Amino acid sequence: MTRAKPARLGPGAVAIGVLAMLGSALLGILVGSAGLGVGDVVLALLDGLPFVELNHGLTDIELSVLYEIRLPRVALGAIVGAVLAGAGAAYQGVFRNPLADPYLLGVAAGAGLGATVAFAWLGDGDLVPILAFVGGLGSVALTYMLGRSVGGRSVTSLILAGVAVAAFATAVQTFVLQRNVETLREVYSWILGRLTTVGWNEVLGLLPYAVVSLAVIFASRRLLDVLSLGDEEALALGVTVSRVRAVVVIAATLATAAAVAASGLIGFVGIIVPHTVRLLFGWSYRIIVPLSILFGAAFLMTADIAARTLVAPAELPIGVVTAFLGAPFFVLVLRTMRGPE
Amino acid sequence: MITWQSVEVVFGTARVLGPISIHVSDGEWVGLIGPNGSGKSTLLRTALGLVEHSGTVSFSNGGGNSGTAAAWMPQRPRLPEAMGVADYVMLGRTPHIGYLGAESRRDVARVDDAMTTLAINELAHRPLSTLSGGEAQRTVLARALAQESRVLLLDEPTASLDIGHAIDVLEVVDRLRHDEGLTVITAVHDLTLAGRFADRLILLGDGVVHADGQVRDVLTEENLSAHYGTGVRVVHDDAGPVVIPSRSKR
Repeated sequence: MTRAKPARLGPGAVAIGVLAMLGSALLGILVGSAGLGVGDVVLALLDGLPFVELNHGLTDIELSVLYEIRLPRVALGAIVGAVLAGAGAAYQGVFRNPLADPYLLGVAAGAGLGATVAFAWLGDGDLVPILAFVGGLGSVALTYMLGRSVGGRSVTSLILAGVAVAAFATAVQTFVLQRNVETLREVYSWILGRLTTVGWNEVLGLLPYAVVSLAVIFASRRLLDVLSLGDEEALALGVTVSRVRAVVVIAATLATAAAVAASGLIGFVGIIVPHTVRLLFGWSYRIIVPLSILFGAAFLMTADIAARTLVAPAELPIGVVTAFLGAPFFVLVLRTMRGPE
Repeated sequence: MITWQSVEVVFGTARVLGPISIHVSDGEWVGLIGPNGSGKSTLLRTALGLVEHSGTVSFSNGGGNSGTAAAWMPQRPRLPEAMGVADYVMLGRTPHIGYLGAESRRDVARVDDAMTTLAINELAHRPLSTLSGGEAQRTVLARALAQESRVLLLDEPTASLDIGHAIDVLEVVDRLRHDEGLTVITAVHDLTLAGRFADRLILLGDGVVHADGQVRDVLTEENLSAHYGTGVRVVHDDAGPVVIPSRSKR
């Protein structure tokens, strides 16, 4: 008799994800203007562990390049990538829409507006993270309320509300920019996305939000599969759909807003990564959520290597790299979708 | 036992159901009949808490819409195409698994039982999109059985089945009802089929009960022509009433 074994995340898939992550992390640490040898770097990293004493050939300057410049940047890329991909998977599950991501729901546009206001009106770069955060959360709340008031529980009305909110936020942002052209350059460098770090500040600021939010999303992965039956059937199975949706959306939005505040607007990660995982490893969110987190980290670290090397010694904004890959991918997804569900 | 007490559903200014008061006893099979739009599905959905209504729907085991009081087989279930049959049936165990929990061995065993009952073991790993209409119907019913509820609410369980498969599925339901003492409420379009399996029929029209009782008392030409138009005749064989279409004379 064929036993009913549920769709599970295989150890092989996890191993591939972990290897991809470690590989791109190591590559990310090695690539840069100050050439560090791979053996020395590995030895130096192991030497940094407690109770381990190893001889490595790095000078003090090279060590501080490693610990204060390369590592924080790679770590920020990993966390931002994991958050954007994990949040994308969560939005897609909760809204049953393969194209749902932070952009569609207005989070990114709202955060962009907040940042622009900080730069242009308040002239204070330090306020950028806070106002981006407020703008992102505000937009999602507005999207949610608009969607509910227009179409009740309908998913389509929510997405359309997100488009309207994003368009409005972008319009206000453009207006603010036109009135303050002298800040254009600064704002655009942020809007295009960047993984610049000052020591470990950005990483430590983002880490708590990322850990808590991803833990909540991870814990909800089984219920995301139940939601794929539609709201009514999930309700009839005893799932409090509105509560699950609210919890997951708040977690995903919190993490996204924190990531946007730390690194600007980096698009398409939330679509590219979960979709590739779904195609390669399976339909279940028990598989998609954890693997999207691993591969999201690997993807953004790799994209950052491209951003740093393609036009060296200059740097491409990382948002340009991801958009370059993501826009064609988006079209591909649209083409393979079998019409609206 | 399940009781509808003065249940009424109003959309805007239009009353689509009620006021309705019905009592269904444990182990009973009630067939809901009535023309399209008469409120059969809506009546079932009030029991699941899926539509806002006044009045109350209560189960003898106290459950409301927790997912354990009643299992629902919707008329048009959403079947995620890539999902496997066994995974789909496992979703029926959702009310028995906590937020952070995972399936226990008992859950896996219940899913196996449900798939065996409906003879879909061979399909366990097939994606839902590859199933025929009959296979899909049995899969959805297996999910409802895996829920282990005392009440089965089946909305058109035989809609996409040929007559042979329709009887097979309803026989399975009937066996479960006898073996495990389940209460069954079905909305069925085929009046003869409804009469063959149900103990009791309730005829709905425009959202209210027009007839409620034994099959032979409800399936009368008088009742049916009042709600389905005139082209209906009722004859009787050993097993009860047979409803046949007969075109009105020109």
